[in-house]
Amino acid sequence: MAQARISWGRTIAAHAILITWTVIALFPVFVTVVNSFKSRRAIFADPLALPWPEHFDLVGYTTVLKQGDFFGYFQNSMIVTVVSLFLVLLFGAMAAFALSEYRFRGDMLMGLYLALGIMIPIRLGTVAILEIMVAGGLVNTLTALILVYTAQGLPLAVFILSEFMKTVSDDLKNAGRIDGLSEYAIFFTLVLPLVRPAMATVAVFTMIPIWNDLWFPLILAPAEEVKTITLGSQVFIGQFVTNWNAVLAALSLAILPVLVLYLIFSRQLIRGITAGAVK
Amino acid sequence: MKRPVRWHIAVFLAPAVLIYTAIMIVPLFGTLNLSLFNTGPDGVEFVGLANFATLFGDPRWADAFWNALGNNVWFFIVHMLVQNPIGIALAAILSSPRLRMAAFYRTAIFIPTILSFVIVGFVWKLILSPIWGIAPGLLDLVGLKSLFAPWLGREEYALTTLALISVWQFVGIPMMLIYAALLSIPDEVLEAAEMDGITGMSAFWKIKLPLILPSIGIISILTFVGNFNAFDLIYVAQGALAGPDFSTDILGTFLYRTFFGFQLQLGDPYMGSAIAGAMFGIILLGVCVYLFGIQTRLRRYQF
Repeated sequence: MAQARISWGRTIAAHAILITWTVIALFPVFVTVVNSFKSRRAIFADPLALPWPEHFDLVGYTTVLKQGDFFGYFQNSMIVTVVSLFLVLLFGAMAAFALSEYRFRGDMLMGLYLALGIMIPIRLGTVAILEIMVAGGLVNTLTALILVYTAQGLPLAVFILSEFMKTVSDDLKNAGRIDGLSEYAIFFTLVLPLVRPAMATVAVFTMIPIWNDLWFPLILAPAEEVKTITLGSQVFIGQFVTNWNAVLAALSLAILPVLVLYLIFSRQLIRGITAGAVK
Repeated sequence: MKRPVRWHIAVFLAPAVLIYTAIMIVPLFGTLNLSLFNTGPDGVEFVGLANFATLFGDPRWADAFWNALGNNVWFFIVHMLVQNPIGIALAAILSSPRLRMAAFYRTAIFIPTILSFVIVGFVWKLILSPIWGIAPGLLDLVGLKSLFAPWLGREEYALTTLALISVWQFVGIPMMLIYAALLSIPDEVLEAAEMDGITGMSAFWKIKLPLILPSIGIISILTFVGNFNAFDLIYVAQGALAGPDFSTDILGTFLYRTFFGFQLQLGDPYMGSAIAGAMFGIILLGVCVYLFGIQTRLRRYQF
C-alpha cells in the first residue's frame, strides 16, 4: 500500500517536471505562431490571446508570400540541406565501410584523421575557405555551401557509422561474397539497409546545423538569389522592425520544414543512438 | 603470392577524404599560416608570432580579446552548470519505465533545438522586451513585476540572459544522448541492484550515474567545442557589436568583426586569422585536457 502511494507520488512529480519544461520549451514557439495569425493591433494589445475571429488576420502571411522571395529562399535552403545531407550520408557511409570492414596499412591513422574534424570546427578555416571559393569562382553559389556543409558533416558521420558497421555480421557479408557479390554490391545491398537507424541519427545531427547556419550563408552566399531561409528571414527583421505581421509569419513558416524533416527521422533516432556509437 | 591491389578500399574512401581534406583541413592550416603574416611598410610580410603578441599584449587588441575570452568562459560555465544537469535530469525522468507520453515529451523538449537562431533570437527579444512586454505581463500575473528588468539591455545581465536562452535551445542534445545511454543500461544490472534494496534516487546516484559518466564526458566536450564557436545567437540578438558596450562579445563575434570589419572598423584578415588561431589553440587545449586528463580516468563497463 505504502509502496503504491510512493510510486504514485513519483509519477505525478515526474509528469509535473516534464510538463513544466515542455511549457518552457514550447512557449516561445506558441507566442510566435499565435501572433502570426493576428492583426497588428491585436498583437500589441494582447500578445497572449488566441487568434479568435475578431482579430484573426492573415495579413502577415499574404505580405510574406507577396513581398520577399520567400519561396526562393526556402528552395535554396531545401536544396542545400538535402544535397549536403545526401552527400554526407553517402560518402560518410562509404568511408565508414572502408574503415570498419577492411584492414589496410594506415587504417587507424585514417580513422583518427577523419575524426579530428569532430573536435575542430570548420569555421576556424573560414578565411581560407573564402579564398578557395573566390579562386574557384564559387562565391554566391549554392555549390559553395554544399561543399562546406558536406565537409563539416563528414567527420561525425564517419565516426558514428563506422561504429555501427562493426556490428553488422561478418557471416552475412561472407555469404554475399560466396554468392559472387562485388564489394560494392555488399555495401549497397547488404550493409546500408542494416544501418538505417544510424543513418537517421546522423541525418538529424547533420541536418539541424546546416538548416540553421547563418555564418557561411552570410559569408559565402549573401546574394539575393542564393540566400537561404535563415539568412532570408533576416530581411523581415530590420533594425527598426516595421512589419511585425510579416516577421512572425515568416518565422512560423520557417519552423515547419525542419520540423517535418525532424519528425521523419526521429522515429529512427532513439533506436539509432541507443544501438551503438555515442553511448 | 602478392595480394592484388584492393582498389575498392580507395574508391570507398576517396570522396570523403578528398572533400574533407580540401574544404576542412587545408583551409584550417591556411588560416594558421595566414596568422603569421601582416602588412608591413613594403606589402605583406612574414611577422612570425607578432600578431599573437599584439593580440595578447597590445592594449588596442588585448582588452577586446581578453574581454571576449572571459565572456566566452562564463558562457561555457553557465552551460555546464545549467544545461547539462537539466538535460541529465530530464533524461533520467524520461527513461523511467512505464512513463506515459514519453515520446511526446521527448519531441516537445527537442523542438527548440531544431529552431534556427534567427527565430530563437527574435522571439526571446520579443518576450523579454520591456515594450511589448510578455515577460513583464507574466511576472505581473504572479505579483513579481518588480523583479523585471530589461535583461538583454543591461550590461550586467545581458550575457547571462543570452547563455540561458542558448541553454533553453540546446538542452535537447544532452537530454537525447543521456536518454540513449540510460536506455542501454541492461535491466539485469538494475534488477540486481533492486534485490539489494537500491531503488529510486539511490539507484540513479549509485548505479546509473557511474555508468553514464563516459556519455557525460562526451557531452561536456561537445558543449565546450560548441560554446567556443558560438556566434549566431549573439549576432542575431545583439548584432555584430555584441552590445551593450561589448558585454556579450565572445570569440566568435570578435572574430567576425575583426575579419570582415563592421561599420567604421575595417576588416583585417591577418589579425582575424590570429584570433582564429587563438581559438584553435584554446579548443585543442580543451580537447587534450579531456582526452588525456579526464577520458583516460573514466572507467568503462561492458555489459
